[in-house]
Amino acid sequence: MRSRDLLRFSSGALRGHRLRTFLSLLGVAIGVASVIMLTSLGEGARLYVTGEFASLGSNLLIVLPGKTETAGAMPFMGSAPHDLTLEDVKDLRRRIPEIRRIAPVVMGTATAEAPGRSRDATIIGTTHEVLELRKLKMAVGRFLPPGETDAPVCVLGAKIASDLFGNGNPLGETVRIGETRLRVIGTMAPRGTSIGMNFDEVIEIPVETSMRMFDRSTLFRVLVEVASHERIEGVRREVIEVIKERHDGVEDVTVITQDAVLETFNQILMILTAALAGIAAISLTVAGIGIMNVMLVSVSERTREIGLLKALGVSGRQIVAVFLLEAAIISASGGVLGLGAGLGAGQALRRIVPEFPVQPPVWAVAAALAVSVSIGLLFGSLPARRAARLDPVEALMRKRG
Amino acid sequence: MILLSGVSRTFEVGGRPVRALRGIDLEIEAGEYVSIMGPSGSGKSTLLNILGCLDRPTDGSYRLDGQETSRLSEDELSIVRRHKIGFIFQFFHLVPRLSAAENVELPMIFAGIDPGLRRERISVSLASVGLTDRAHHRPDQLSGGERQRVAMARAMVMQPAILLADEPTGNLDSASGGEVVALLETMNRERGLTLVVVTHDPGIGGRAGRRIRLADGALVEDKRAEASPASGSR
Repeated sequence: MRSRDLLRFSSGALRGHRLRTFLSLLGVAIGVASVIMLTSLGEGARLYVTGEFASLGSNLLIVLPGKTETAGAMPFMGSAPHDLTLEDVKDLRRRIPEIRRIAPVVMGTATAEAPGRSRDATIIGTTHEVLELRKLKMAVGRFLPPGETDAPVCVLGAKIASDLFGNGNPLGETVRIGETRLRVIGTMAPRGTSIGMNFDEVIEIPVETSMRMFDRSTLFRVLVEVASHERIEGVRREVIEVIKERHDGVEDVTVITQDAVLETFNQILMILTAALAGIAAISLTVAGIGIMNVMLVSVSERTREIGLLKALGVSGRQIVAVFLLEAAIISASGGVLGLGAGLGAGQALRRIVPEFPVQPPVWAVAAALAVSVSIGLLFGSLPARRAARLDPVEALMRKRG
Repeated sequence: MILLSGVSRTFEVGGRPVRALRGIDLEIEAGEYVSIMGPSGSGKSTLLNILGCLDRPTDGSYRLDGQETSRLSEDELSIVRRHKIGFIFQFFHLVPRLSAAENVELPMIFAGIDPGLRRERISVSLASVGLTDRAHHRPDQLSGGERQRVAMARAMVMQPAILLADEPTGNLDSASGGEVVALLETMNRERGLTLVVVTHDPGIGGRAGRRIRLADGALVEDKRAEASPASGSR
């Protein structure tokens, strides 16, 4: 028989029970929509995090003091770790030509006072290179002066600037941090939180000034930008070698690449997305049972029709095809409807929260459609086989109803 | 054409075997007009179902056009039903959601017949039962007689060799019942169709050229009317 005729016959049978068909279709639609929505959220989270990492600047190495062991002996056993110093930074810059930018970072908190106002702020002591390295943008003025210097100047994060100076122009004004008086030479453009660090609530000052301020000779970490992406791993090893050599042959720093961190987050969030999809898939199973139920009712209601079809010479296989197709039509249209609803909800959410890139992963869209069709075929096969196995004589004798 | 020898059919009812047919020997030639009569439960319908390949004998042999049906698979039997046999039922068995024309089209759809040819055959078939103007009515918009005539058009549309009617007038008033019987007889007379009618109405059974009577599953009478030229030789 022709597939168009089969389609017409099966859909005609479904149209005979619009409400019932629609309700079981709705079950599939809800299942598919929830798969799409939950995976969209998961994928959105993944894209958000990876986007944040990309905004840190690519080709980034982060040098931390201390060796973190993931296996083997306990860290720091036997020899105390050396601190990271400005001398280490200068030596790295001199000896590794592939380092394009390198920025020492000292961090602390202190109270910043402007005439009439004060607030607590995160103080970052660093150099001008961090501007490019972390892809920061200035609002007004200029950034820190070049080199590892000690100078009585500071650059204010957007929130700090407005908290301390309101709408007034802070350029040239003085901010007092502890005993140190610093002249404001620039303010940062608003940026928001980026991987746990809100640059809007930070005051940047020259690195040596900060070390003096906090009475510290060691660095919190060192950020390194490598000239090319291919050389990241090589430079990572060179950095470790240089530091090891400087620290009496002890490997006492950890160098993490942004890629490694990114990859970890990526994996965690992809697993999270898959788990969400799995949870949503439960509702698809429930929808499949709904289809099976509706099809069983349909088979028992249409027993006489099935008997007639057999008497007319319709084969068992054709009867299976008719009922399987009905189940597949229900589940496929439910799938399309659910896909539309899920994508629509994602669009709406994106409009409400533009920063969060809600987006269904391609695999989830494909899987939701494939699964919805297969659910129809899977859960429709029992009723279809039952229809095909009906004894035609008994089926024809069945009372109407 | 139809050759039954020693056909029995036993059903299990409540764990006990019930013999609906016992050792039926019967030969029906092409073009014969046969009525099967007998009291309720005498096995008339079971015999008709076996003739129509809807049911299989428990014992014995049924040869249709020389072919032993017990050796055919379910799929092969459905092909036999599709091409050789037309059924007419007491309760019409029209599909309620389909129009008269669509009901007539049904067997052709599953036989994979080309849509153009289908349309042609539908109109011929409906015309032959006088229902051309009712083609787009659904069964619930038709009278009982009209419904049975749609069912006849459907039974004829695959151009079968054998027409099997199970109490075709059982659900009709006598006027429309008479019309239906007249149509069946026309098809037997003019197209040479083998016609087998199960009925308990002697007025209808008596019209057949050959009258078979069953009692308790056994064939107890097989009479040929002298007047009917349709029975007998090929």
